[in-house]
Amino acid sequence: MRRFDPKRLWALVVKESLQAVRDPSTLLIAFVLPVVLLLLFSYAVSLDVRAVRIGVVQESESASAQSLAAAFAGTRYLNVTFAHDRREVSERVVSGELRGFVVIPQDFEQRLADRGARPLVQIIADGSQPNTANYVTNYAQGVVQTWRGGLGIEASQAGVTLEPRYWFNAELESRRSLVPGAIAIVMTIIGTMLTALVVAREWERGTMEAVLSTPASVAEILIGKLLPYFALGMLATLGATALAVFIFDVPLRGSLAALLLLSATFMVPALGQGLLISSVTRNQFLAAQIALFSGFLPAFMLSGFLYEIDAMPAPIRAITWFIPARYFVSSLKTVFLAGDIWAVFVPNLLAMAGIGILFFVLAKRATRKNLE
Amino acid sequence: MASGSATSDPPNHPNNDVAVVIDGVNKHFGSVQALQGLNAQIRFGRLTGLVGPDGAGKTTLMRILTGLLAPNSGRVSVAGFDVVDDNDAIHAATGYMPQRFGLYEDLSVMGNMRLYAQLRGLDADRNAELFAELLDFTRLAPFTGRLAGNLSGGMKQKLGLACALMARPAVLLLDEPSVGVDPVSRQDLWRMVQALTDEGMAVVWSTAYLDEAERCDSVLLLNEGRLAYDGPPGELTGRLTGRSFRLEQVGDQRRAVLAEALDLESVGDGVIQGAGVRMVLRPHAGTGQITALADRVDAQLRAVPARFEDAFIDLLGGGPGGTSALAEGLPPVRLESDIAVSCRNLTKRFGDFTATDNVSFEVRKGEIFGLLGPNGAGKSTTFKMLCGLLKPTSGEAHVVGLDLRRATGAVKGQLGYMAQKFSLYGLLSVRQNLEFSAGVYGLDGATRRARIEEMIEIFGLQPWLSSAPDSLPLGYKQRLALACAVMHRPPVLFLDEPTSGVDPITRREFWTHINGLARKGVTVMVTTHFMDEAEYCDRVAMLYRARLIALDTPDALKRRAASDARPDPTMEDAFIHLVEAEDLADEARSKAAA
Repeated sequence: MRRFDPKRLWALVVKESLQAVRDPSTLLIAFVLPVVLLLLFSYAVSLDVRAVRIGVVQESESASAQSLAAAFAGTRYLNVTFAHDRREVSERVVSGELRGFVVIPQDFEQRLADRGARPLVQIIADGSQPNTANYVTNYAQGVVQTWRGGLGIEASQAGVTLEPRYWFNAELESRRSLVPGAIAIVMTIIGTMLTALVVAREWERGTMEAVLSTPASVAEILIGKLLPYFALGMLATLGATALAVFIFDVPLRGSLAALLLLSATFMVPALGQGLLISSVTRNQFLAAQIALFSGFLPAFMLSGFLYEIDAMPAPIRAITWFIPARYFVSSLKTVFLAGDIWAVFVPNLLAMAGIGILFFVLAKRATRKNLE
Repeated sequence: MASGSATSDPPNHPNNDVAVVIDGVNKHFGSVQALQGLNAQIRFGRLTGLVGPDGAGKTTLMRILTGLLAPNSGRVSVAGFDVVDDNDAIHAATGYMPQRFGLYEDLSVMGNMRLYAQLRGLDADRNAELFAELLDFTRLAPFTGRLAGNLSGGMKQKLGLACALMARPAVLLLDEPSVGVDPVSRQDLWRMVQALTDEGMAVVWSTAYLDEAERCDSVLLLNEGRLAYDGPPGELTGRLTGRSFRLEQVGDQRRAVLAEALDLESVGDGVIQGAGVRMVLRPHAGTGQITALADRVDAQLRAVPARFEDAFIDLLGGGPGGTSALAEGLPPVRLESDIAVSCRNLTKRFGDFTATDNVSFEVRKGEIFGLLGPNGAGKSTTFKMLCGLLKPTSGEAHVVGLDLRRATGAVKGQLGYMAQKFSLYGLLSVRQNLEFSAGVYGLDGATRRARIEEMIEIFGLQPWLSSAPDSLPLGYKQRLALACAVMHRPPVLFLDEPTSGVDPITRREFWTHINGLARKGVTVMVTTHFMDEAEYCDRVAMLYRARLIALDTPDALKRRAASDARPDPTMEDAFIHLVEAEDLADEARSKAAA
């Protein structure tokens, strides 16, 4: 084994940093991309359903029917178009203008008097968008229920009223859970994609050969490569956090120290994966492709960032156990929205470190000591 | 270098001590045998040439010597250290400049030097003297702040050398240092390497240019992974004493005469040299046949000194015959005009960089027209404009009478183009590549089948038909690329560096085809970086810094460089002479302007 020389390592770190600073694409990825992603996730992509357009067909003109129609009009979650004939609205559902409609039938008064023997209203929803359809039916039912409750008729039947409270994200704003997740995406790009690219670039340009022929050891060369990108990843995290807290109003309920510790630990598997990819391919194009499919996409889809892991089918859920971003996203949401909850952090930290070490062991095996 | 050394402290080895011992080395990659049973020694204080065509195993051997590859069997020691067991010591004892010089293009000259100094354990700040010396030695001092990516090929090579020379290596290994470097910079490099060997350093210089072998103290000649010769170059060429001849002033007949000569039993090898024909007799062959030939064509036969390339081909058992099966089957080309290719004031700018600057020339039908110049001089750009692949910024060009600005499509059907990098499809088999080319040039039915069979026959592609082009030996790849370019029998052929990376025998075969095609009236435009190949052309256009600095027959160009000190200059001498004259003229112009 060659003696580990900190001076040589430092020379390599300086070289790598100079290269990173001179390469506009690196800076773009590290500092512009996070801003773009955060903007996208906080404004353009919203999982909240608001102001859904529905129709309300008033076949009955009775006072109670009027009052129910008014209840629909009064909610800010629905945007109601009134009609007197269901044919008027059904066409607009077909054309996609409305997501569904509620029919208040002619015999509404009678049904109301029957006290639940027959359904009060009919709800039709556009099933081609299942999420929205669900939302329309649930919310329409909610409106009817509340309205009925207001009449005092149901009091005897439903002795318990539910008053739900959402913890950690009281208004259920998706931005608050998406923005911390976006940080995980940015870190994956910097850690895995950028690292895979820059190591592969050295092989492609023949500089790896020249550096390997000097007394520098493989460990020095690889650590010299990773340290600057580790620093870059941490800087990007700080930048993204500042944006999230000060511009997008996401609370940081945990401590900054915990956030940094989590990010630093996540960089271990992210960098390890990048290193593994580049030492296997030695080709920038391939490295980019593999990093995209094995790093970026899973971090996007399977980390619980966009889609809830609990809602995934069991086999997919099993796959998520091997995706480091999963642990990072869950920790990030906790540190931003809940606080420093070490019972959540510790298993996540261990999992990330474990996967990271596995990647490094594999990368070390794949990095042949010489050119063979 | 007058006052001493570039390396401060010359390696302390008496000259002629053994620096490198190669003992029974075998190396294979998968099923490809890269080196076989290699035994050789390399000594201190000498320049040792590692010579051979591409794919001969030069780079593999270099990487074994630097400890980057381990031999499958056999042992190698460098400066007393075993490359496998004392791998760390090897990295300290050797300086290595890989192909493409191993420079970081986005670091400055100084940045690269500092990095390599620190990697070799030198404190950059305390070694200002060493840096100054190296900068002086390589004449890079005025450019320390420039990014390595913005240096010319020659300057990159010198910077690569400076980086390899850090920390005073005992053995300096240069892998193809002269590729992509103009002859003037190459001259500089020879001078520097000479100074280093005088100090006692062992320098290994690998090259595919056989003429460079003659300048080395000792040569290891590799061919297909085996050592073909080990010793001073003079000894090898000495074997050919009395066997090299030149028919002087053969004139327009020279291609026919060469073909005839090559088909003679007593002639092993022959090439065009300007207006003359150069021939090498087979071992123990008499001069009877060539004297008779000389009498018949009424030319003077003169004995000439043997060249290293002659000796190499002799070692391999002689070159191919003089008859090109490709040209035999071709009907004579008929064109309406005598001018096949012409361009006037052709200019191409990429942003504020001018790649081709106001170039004009005319090429006659059946002429072999060479474009010569260092990398980046504008050869390929000019070429691509003439093929209709690039749109000129200004100026005009005609091919077989068609205006390239209007009729690019029609022009492309009239020419064959063989690109510098193989334009073959790696995922198609050899046969599928041939079929594809036949298809894009609009051959179909019986013609198509007949032409494909003809190409397979002529270029000996039968054994490779179902293989992927990438798995072919280099020479066969080039043959296939040529086959794809000529299958539709174009009257004009553009060959961009057709012989780079092929062994000398295959080069001879290519030129036999080119000569044969020219005799049938095919116009051949060719770029080359082999200086001697320029002499096979009828006329040569020399490009330098995007401008056409000379256009004449090879003999006339050489005559311009003749002086009392150098009565019989080579093509390379002629090139250097012209470039220097151009530089002087440039300086004079800029002074006059100031």
